[in-house]
Amino acid sequence: MIGLSHYLIVSAALFSLGMLGILTRRNAVNVLMGVELVLNSGNLNLVAFSRFGTGNLQGQLFAVFVIVIAAAEVAVALAIVLTLYRLRRTSNLDEADILRG
Amino acid sequence: MSAEAVVFYLFGAITVLSAAVVVLARSLIYSAFALLFTFFGVAGLYVLLGADFLAATQLLIYVGGILVLLLFGVMLTHKLYDLDLRSEVTQFGAGIIMAAGLFAILTATALRTQWATGPGRPPSVTTAEVGRLFMGQYLLPFEAASILLLVALMGAAMIVRRKNTA
Repeated sequence: MIGLSHYLIVSAALFSLGMLGILTRRNAVNVLMGVELVLNSGNLNLVAFSRFGTGNLQGQLFAVFVIVIAAAEVAVALAIVLTLYRLRRTSNLDEADILRG
Repeated sequence: MSAEAVVFYLFGAITVLSAAVVVLARSLIYSAFALLFTFFGVAGLYVLLGADFLAATQLLIYVGGILVLLLFGVMLTHKLYDLDLRSEVTQFGAGIIMAAGLFAILTATALRTQWATGPGRPPSVTTAEVGRLFMGQYLLPFEAASILLLVALMGAAMIVRRKNTA
């Protein structure tokens, strides 16, 4: 019998892998992929609680809003990455230190 | 093992293994294509959880929109003849320790907590109900989300516009 904790463990693995990508990668696009993994793990939790909870659909509605936020986030973030590449010829986050005093 | 368990372990394995490839692959292109399988796996889990509308949304927006956008990002920030689309990795040991610790804590929490699970919602068609909730009880967040999307798209277009052609 597949219960709530099975989905929570899959989601925990996704979250940890996403955090690993965010922390260890230096390429901006790759860090964005890690952020997408983290958002997906949160969504999986919301839908799992919606399925095994009190039987309403609120978790799924929240997941739809998370997807909307993710779409807006990735559009703005890629615009920033493209501007950085145009200015500095790089998408390495360690070289984006123009504001450092 | 029931059919549900087989399907769950199949999609769960697809999701987690391809997520590992996303994080660990040397090449950015490999990462992007592994992300495709992660999104498919999560969509499969959504179907298993009885969220059919959300699974279709996941495929349309994540695979059709966000992944294509990320691939554009990879292509536009590297020279096309640059076969070496590598992503530098720093502090890998510390990152592994942190991620493993995080996974252990989250798993322990998931297993030990007495979750307030109710009767649950048996899998059924959700699209009509989701639409009614969006147009009724959740109308304000729905409209706020649509304005947020509009503002984000205009902001993204403003940021990437070349200043001298304005």
